[in-house]
Amino acid sequence: MKSSIGFFLFFLITLSGVNKVFAISPDIFIQSTVNRASEVLSKNISKEEKMNQLKIIAKETVDIKGVGYYSLGSKRKNLDKNQLDIYTVLFENYFLKSFSSRLAEYTNPEIDVKNKEILNKNYTIVRSVLVATDERPEVKIDWRVYTKDQKNPLIRDLIIEGLSLARTQKEEFRSILNSNDDDINALFKSLKEFYIK
Amino acid sequence: MIRFIKFTIIYFFLISNVFAGSSSELNLPKKNVTTRDCFETLNRATFKFNQGLDKVILKPVAEGYRSLPTPIKKGTGNVLNNLSSLITIPNNVLQGDLKTASINTGRLVINSTIGILGIFDVATGMGFPKYIKEDYGQTLGKWGVGPGCYIVLPVLGPSTVRDTAGMFVNVMGGDPYYNISVNGNNEYLDGKLFAATKILSGVEFRAANIESLDNLEKNSVDFYASVKSLYTQDRENKIKNIQRGNIEVIYSDDQDWVEVDNN
Repeated sequence: MKSSIGFFLFFLITLSGVNKVFAISPDIFIQSTVNRASEVLSKNISKEEKMNQLKIIAKETVDIKGVGYYSLGSKRKNLDKNQLDIYTVLFENYFLKSFSSRLAEYTNPEIDVKNKEILNKNYTIVRSVLVATDERPEVKIDWRVYTKDQKNPLIRDLIIEGLSLARTQKEEFRSILNSNDDDINALFKSLKEFYIK
Repeated sequence: MIRFIKFTIIYFFLISNVFAGSSSELNLPKKNVTTRDCFETLNRATFKFNQGLDKVILKPVAEGYRSLPTPIKKGTGNVLNNLSSLITIPNNVLQGDLKTASINTGRLVINSTIGILGIFDVATGMGFPKYIKEDYGQTLGKWGVGPGCYIVLPVLGPSTVRDTAGMFVNVMGGDPYYNISVNGNNEYLDGKLFAATKILSGVEFRAANIESLDNLEKNSVDFYASVKSLYTQDRENKIKNIQRGNIEVIYSDDQDWVEVDNN
């Protein structure tokens, strides 16, 4: 009996230890993500191929659904399940195209992770810099990482020189809704048009 | 008489800001409120006009500027920065930041003399802290004046009622360079030179942002709204003197993420 309890305790301790082993530190997560992206961007392949590979990285590392819901702001509460499902698909397509297209313009960007600031158990800010080149100065990039699931951290925002991309996205969507009597179909149309253009 | 008209305009702007602000209270907002777009139709039309102007004139000129040798661009940037400190210093004082005002005064004196009219940034080489521009719009913001409505100015681009009022302060005596060149009686400086330096500042800014603005335009579903958002965020950061980092301020009272998490 004693040995069974001992084994059980050992099993529990080991299991919790395993959990800790597999928790990924947000700064390491960001450095590894940017390294993966840099590797793709430095490859001698077409822009379309680069975009496809960047989309895979984004799907694995960005909380696309969360960013999509955040971008919708208070409008999210007024949508039915069907509309939310349509929006989720449209937003993912839009986001992946926009994200990969923006990044694909850079060739061989060098991003150095500097430090991290744990805001609370859900969020850590990872600070990094896009290293200066002859053509552009150093750019400060902060990453808002969602750490609720420590084994699977996800990026929720990029703050470039103090400017939040998620907030910009949200205000952009709000503007479209405001200009169209708060009609969600207008936003759907804009997202579809962006995706097919 | 002209001074009276200018005073009336700035007074109108500030008063209208108080009313237009309604919720844009006379205290720094504690949460991120979107700057209201009271003149959206007109703003969008002006934005379109500015885009046309940019494509035909500003962007090609900025591309030409970019092809100049690096030392020339660097020297030009240094001179423009040095001139801008004539506006920054009084604003440091008005914001109660006397230490930075004295540092910037030292920088101005050193760069204008040893640095040959600001062509060389000798002060930075001597270990002066990084130069951060301030303007009268920022000072008004620091004093608690809300942004008021968002405005797109012809040629000049995005602004707010408060920031436009701040610009008027420059021509009402707040910019020593303007006073000396336009109102001063000297043979070296005149209004044309003042205008040329302002245009050059615009060209320099555009040249530094060719790719980022192209990229933003290409990847936005509403470019006008993106520019508005980035402008207002940038002004908020400048008023709060946030260079980076103070993330809690950026997300202060932002309930949407919390609601997303609770979903």
